[in-house]
Amino acid sequence: MPETTNPDGVQIDLISGQRMSGKTSMEKIRMILDGVRDGKIVVLETGLTPDEESKLIEVTMSEINPDDFTGIEIESFPQSDTGDTTLLGRLMGKESTSKLTVIGPANQIQSLHKDETLISALISRK
Amino acid sequence: MGLFAELRDSISRVTASMFADDSEPKRIGIYGPPNAGKTTLANRIARDWTGDAVGPESHIPHETRRARRKENVEIKRDGKTVNIDIVDTPGVTTKVDYSEFLDHDMEKDEAVRRSREATEGVAEAMHWLREDVDGVIYVLDSTEDPFTQVNTMLIGIIESRELPVLILGNKTDLEDSNIQQISNAFPQHETIALSAKEGSNMDEVYEKIAEYFG
Repeated sequence: MPETTNPDGVQIDLISGQRMSGKTSMEKIRMILDGVRDGKIVVLETGLTPDEESKLIEVTMSEINPDDFTGIEIESFPQSDTGDTTLLGRLMGKESTSKLTVIGPANQIQSLHKDETLISALISRK
Repeated sequence: MGLFAELRDSISRVTASMFADDSEPKRIGIYGPPNAGKTTLANRIARDWTGDAVGPESHIPHETRRARRKENVEIKRDGKTVNIDIVDTPGVTTKVDYSEFLDHDMEKDEAVRRSREATEGVAEAMHWLREDVDGVIYVLDSTEDPFTQVNTMLIGIIESRELPVLILGNKTDLEDSNIQQISNAFPQHETIALSAKEGSNMDEVYEKIAEYFG
């Protein structure tokens, strides 16, 4: 992925669902955490599954280091009301896991606010 | 997962629950954000039914840094006995900064050690949730905004694993308590109000534990 070189800037990576679709859970988590640990804000077009979110928390915890990395801030929109995650819904082809998700380093995101239609991030430089 | 694999798993879950050995206690994880009163609740339940406590309570975040299990807690309601293991888990978060502990009169070395243990505890709690619990009591501080990403993610994880979940709005003894905002945040679940510290409304809590996990 191309890197910005301005040390005073904040890089925002908008990652498409297509780019994530062929990756395993750990590859997705690695991509997210590598970016966030480099100080980037990662925006996922399609978010993570609940199981992947669980693993993201677990791996994040294992990487927290008092002098370097204090964890992540994360916000996502709720799944669409039209999405149906019941078994019957999946049988009918109505499953939707799409949920825009914003993830960033906890020590750089001063506030991350969400309502039903807006995620607002206030980011500080390192 | 393929459609037929999902169907097979759903059927196996139903049949497993139909033929499950009722004498085997169900492991009920007490989950929630830090400082919601999880250990206070675990101690209240354990003391009411076994006479023992589960672990120390504190206003300092991440006092519980290891999952603690209290086995064979028998709760009797309406002539029915529910046998559960209570698993008190560390508060789940996505960030731990040792400097927050410095505000609680700790030296840096102690704060760093505590933060390291806290991160291990959160990872352990997530592992329990994925592998080792049969149901969840989700405890929220009713004076705080429940509509946080960690709460949303955890409830989503619990729902995706099809675990029964009982949501408790704790700290009703405090002036700012607002149970309605929890009900609004998670309208798909019933919210039960209580004060684990004062023991108020525990009768309803035990009725619901028997109903949800019996």
